[in-house]
Amino acid sequence: MQSIPIPKVVVPFAPEQASTFAPHVDALYAYLIALTALFTLGITAAIIFFAVKYRRRQAGELPRPVHGSMVLELTWTVIPLLISMTIFVWSASIFFKAYRAPREAMEVYVVGKQWMWKFQHQTGQREINELHVPVGARVKLTMTTEDVIHSFYVPAFRIKQDVVPGRYLQTWFEATKAGKYYLFCTEYCGTNHSGMGGYVYVMEPAAYQQWLAGGTGTESAASQGQKLFQERGCASCHQVEPAGQQGRGPSLYGIFGKQQAIEGGGSVTVDESYIRESILNPQARLAAGFQNIMPTYQGQLSEEQVLQLVAYIRSLGQAEAGAAAAGSAPGTTTTGPTTGGVPPQQQRANPIGPTSERQGSPAPQAAPAGGANAGNANRP
Amino acid sequence: MSTQTTPEARAQEWRGRFPTVNYLNADYGIKSWLLTKDHKRIGILYLISVTFFFAIGGAYAAAIRLELLTPLGDLMQSHTYNKVFTHHGIMMVFFFLIPSIPTTLGNFLVPMMIGAKDLAFPRINLLSWYIYMVGGALTFAALLFGGVDTGWTFYVPYSTNFSNTYVTLAGLGIFINGFSSILTGLNFIVTVHTMRAPGMTWFRLPLFIWSHYATSLVMILGTPVIAITILLLALERVAHVGIFDPALGGDPVLFQHMFWFYSHPAVYIMVLPGMGVISEIVATHTRKPIFGYSFVAFSSLAIAVFGFLVWGHHLFVSSQSVYAGMIFSLISFVVAIPSAVKVFNWTATMYKGSLSYDTPMLYAYAFIGLFTIGGMTGLFLAALGLDIHVHDTYFVVAHFHYVMVGGQVLAFLGGLHNWWPKMTGRMYPEGWARFAALVIFVGFNLTFFPQFLLGYMGMPRRYHAYPPGEPMWQVLHVMSTGGASILGIGLLIPGVYFIWSMRYGRFAPANPWPATGLEWRTPSPPPTENFAVTPVVTWEAYEYRPVEEMEVVGPGAPDAPAGGQHPANRGVETEEQP
Amino acid sequence: MSTHAEAIEHGHGPEAAHEALAHHFDNMEQQREAGALGMWVFIAQEVMFFGGLFLAYLVYRMQYPRAFMAASNHLDWKIGTFNTAVLIASSLTMALAVWATQVGRSRKVQVGFMAATVLLGLVFLGVKAFEYHDKYVDGLIPIAGWFNPHDPIPAGVTTGQYQMFFWLYFAMTGLHALHMIIGVGIIAPIMWMAWRGRFSPEYHGPVENFGLYWHFVDIIWIFLFPLLYLLGAHFKGGH
Repeated sequence: MQSIPIPKVVVPFAPEQASTFAPHVDALYAYLIALTALFTLGITAAIIFFAVKYRRRQAGELPRPVHGSMVLELTWTVIPLLISMTIFVWSASIFFKAYRAPREAMEVYVVGKQWMWKFQHQTGQREINELHVPVGARVKLTMTTEDVIHSFYVPAFRIKQDVVPGRYLQTWFEATKAGKYYLFCTEYCGTNHSGMGGYVYVMEPAAYQQWLAGGTGTESAASQGQKLFQERGCASCHQVEPAGQQGRGPSLYGIFGKQQAIEGGGSVTVDESYIRESILNPQARLAAGFQNIMPTYQGQLSEEQVLQLVAYIRSLGQAEAGAAAAGSAPGTTTTGPTTGGVPPQQQRANPIGPTSERQGSPAPQAAPAGGANAGNANRP
Repeated sequence: MSTQTTPEARAQEWRGRFPTVNYLNADYGIKSWLLTKDHKRIGILYLISVTFFFAIGGAYAAAIRLELLTPLGDLMQSHTYNKVFTHHGIMMVFFFLIPSIPTTLGNFLVPMMIGAKDLAFPRINLLSWYIYMVGGALTFAALLFGGVDTGWTFYVPYSTNFSNTYVTLAGLGIFINGFSSILTGLNFIVTVHTMRAPGMTWFRLPLFIWSHYATSLVMILGTPVIAITILLLALERVAHVGIFDPALGGDPVLFQHMFWFYSHPAVYIMVLPGMGVISEIVATHTRKPIFGYSFVAFSSLAIAVFGFLVWGHHLFVSSQSVYAGMIFSLISFVVAIPSAVKVFNWTATMYKGSLSYDTPMLYAYAFIGLFTIGGMTGLFLAALGLDIHVHDTYFVVAHFHYVMVGGQVLAFLGGLHNWWPKMTGRMYPEGWARFAALVIFVGFNLTFFPQFLLGYMGMPRRYHAYPPGEPMWQVLHVMSTGGASILGIGLLIPGVYFIWSMRYGRFAPANPWPATGLEWRTPSPPPTENFAVTPVVTWEAYEYRPVEEMEVVGPGAPDAPAGGQHPANRGVETEEQP
Repeated sequence: MSTHAEAIEHGHGPEAAHEALAHHFDNMEQQREAGALGMWVFIAQEVMFFGGLFLAYLVYRMQYPRAFMAASNHLDWKIGTFNTAVLIASSLTMALAVWATQVGRSRKVQVGFMAATVLLGLVFLGVKAFEYHDKYVDGLIPIAGWFNPHDPIPAGVTTGQYQMFFWLYFAMTGLHALHMIIGVGIIAPIMWMAWRGRFSPEYHGPVENFGLYWHFVDIIWIFLFPLLYLLGAHFKGGH
């Protein structure tokens, strides 16, 4: 947003402006309200004026017929069209920026689940229905869901993004004001939809540092991923050292962001989505030159665990470069072995929604025949 | 009251209530209604049915508004509330808003306005009513058995893999109901093409016909897509196949695309007929031809065509690509233009007219103002950057209620008042009707205007409870609920006086307003065949003449002057009543 | 499709009307035009109905080309070709039936061509049933719990994607077969009317409109056949 000067418009009946994005949206909103008022009042005034001035005075009146005027028709076709194009250009430019996540940002992984939001910081803190972020940092959210479609909405930031099962979606924001802001789910997701929310805490950098330090024994997402990587035996096939021998699966060192040739032709950029797919559906886009021998981990890893593995694979070959990906966020640390993760009991309770939470490695979902979607536990 | 009770005697008494033989008293008994092929009687059947479903939808709306009086969900359980708003949406959208004007006023008026004896396929017309009733009964049964909690949008994978409510049965009802819409549209298109009276050229057609023609196009080309989509959804639910299931490689967003490919054009199914009604009312009650007739006519077609290209504006935040979003946004702005053109033309028609304050015209005044707000707020939602914030909030709820209630429902009410004399042969009580119109207008604005503010403040839609820490939210919700109560009362008043007027209203002349359409050149209520002799049209649409010439009468109309054919009735041969 | 039903309604038009003229039409020409236009509009509606499935097919074909290619090899293109020929032949006999009523050939000729159409339609459906049975034997019924392919699924393809193809195959050909069954149901009363000698050069709307419907159903198959059987299939693969 740095290229556009931030407008100073405050509209009534609006949530606080707490992100760099909010003033732009409010300014556009004010413009549209002005246009709406202009047209509505204009039309209403005309109707009232005509209704009074040209009211029927006697039953037999016969006004002179007027069939139309090409000039007028063109006028009120072209002028509204031009006005609407100004709205389009303005709104599209805001949208375009909102959906272009910055390269350098503090990354947070988000998993939606009936009916809670789970957050995982790169530094290892995990939260439910609460998200702590510092003022002035660009925060990029990589989001998915374990069950149905949800939508991540923070009115004070004027951002919203659906989370769709089976894929990673991203949005970002830069908070400008410390405070506590509502977080809502805005895509209807079942019984406790209106309880699926919480707060985003925007903190001054110092307070944020303190908050980070307060979490006892957290370990980074990447190192949690590393542990999973070992536990699940991924290491028996996948090499993670720079100069190691190629195993039965492709070496993962420094693979993130590279192009990977795939079996059957073509290539794919190794990003979060491709890593996720390769874990859950290894056969879908097999790396060229390798056998189709990797089993699927569908139903055996939660979305959070997949995200941890993604974070780990991503960190391989980048640790030396100084945690480039998470570099801009204050207080981020590089990966490193620490003590165990936060047990679920110690996580902050959800202020609105249910708190029952399952961490660690769940038993494989007893998926109904045909391997239908995990998580249809509430099907009759 | 007759003391005789034989069927013949009852039939005689029934006939005696009307001055002439007409479609209402031509035949007697329940069978004569349920097996009728007369488009007018089918229109009445539909009127009764859509009113029934509207009442159910309205009751659910009342429950929603009551729950939201307080921030905590204390009136009903979340699960119940979710069913309530789902039922409100399903009933109102599929069983009231979509069929209401085309199947009642459209059925009644399309053949009469073009000088035909009936629609092209009377049996198919009756069939469409039965299909509608079967679909309605199935969906209603689903609601009674335990309900549906998916929202009327049925988004997957919630509706396929998670909801344990009667989604399949309700979906089946909606699937079946779709064919009723298709058959109605088919009938209108064929009728307008092939059954126009001699001299009734395309550009002499009332604008009501143009808008119904455009509506029919959308019905024909859009409805089958929702039908197949709902079918796929139901099959996926039953057979666990993966067309939309991400775990099996399906794409849940594909469902949204297919759903909105119909459901966005469907809002034009809802509002285009209302625009046709408003065109008729404005012309009739200003006694002027509609300003820019051909622009208004073609804007209906433009809305129907462009309406098919904008569905993606429901998916701006659903992971659709940024560029797709931009294209859909651009076309959405373009589709707003024909609606604006209509509003300007209606307003221009009033200039130097002879404007009445009859009830239909009051509804038209309200429609134009409220539709302007509804349309302009649509631009907020089409604006990409702004839609990120207001998408799926009460802003959206307010916007579509301004279009649907402030637009479609008011137009429907205005149309009912305008043609009530023609349909029943009786006048409604003007004083009460004006009063009700005022109450409805006030109640409507009080209900839905606060929701714009709530939406921008961040209140998400389909929320059973909202944060108690926001006093302003509750204030606005209380205003909205108060307005809804007023609106509810306002809507009951016409229900009462319409029924009252059928027995006690004063007899309506053939052409009470007076207007120029062919439907006014035959007695009220019209005979079964509408016109005993096919009329020959020699005048342009809305060609008003001095009032003494306008007073076109058919034989048997109670205020018919003695004597034969009236000079203004040139072209329409007055016929002997059979 | 009750156009024929509309038409047999007796009416009393202003002129000495044909016995098949419905009361609300002015003349036979208007009635014929209305029926034909009605059928065309109905077909437009059908196109959109099938269109939803074609859209789903195209989306997933582009997303999972390998799965679709592999799965389509399970369909026997020779049987498909045979059925295509059968259906085209039935269109020919239907066109001849329309011609026979238009030019007023004897009722035996009319009914004969229609019977041939029905026969060919039934052959098509029989072959289709045989194909469906084949899929059942191979464990390719795409319903949860039934889908259990006997042949190995090739590399780079997930079961879900594989199943998706068969789901679309059954949905599209099933809906098509349903239209054929409905068609056979509709032609039966038309044949009976023809046998009673109801059709003449002046009045043959039902036959003509049914012909339109039948050709439409054929055309749907003409699209289904290459999309499902031929596209991407490698013939050298044995099947």
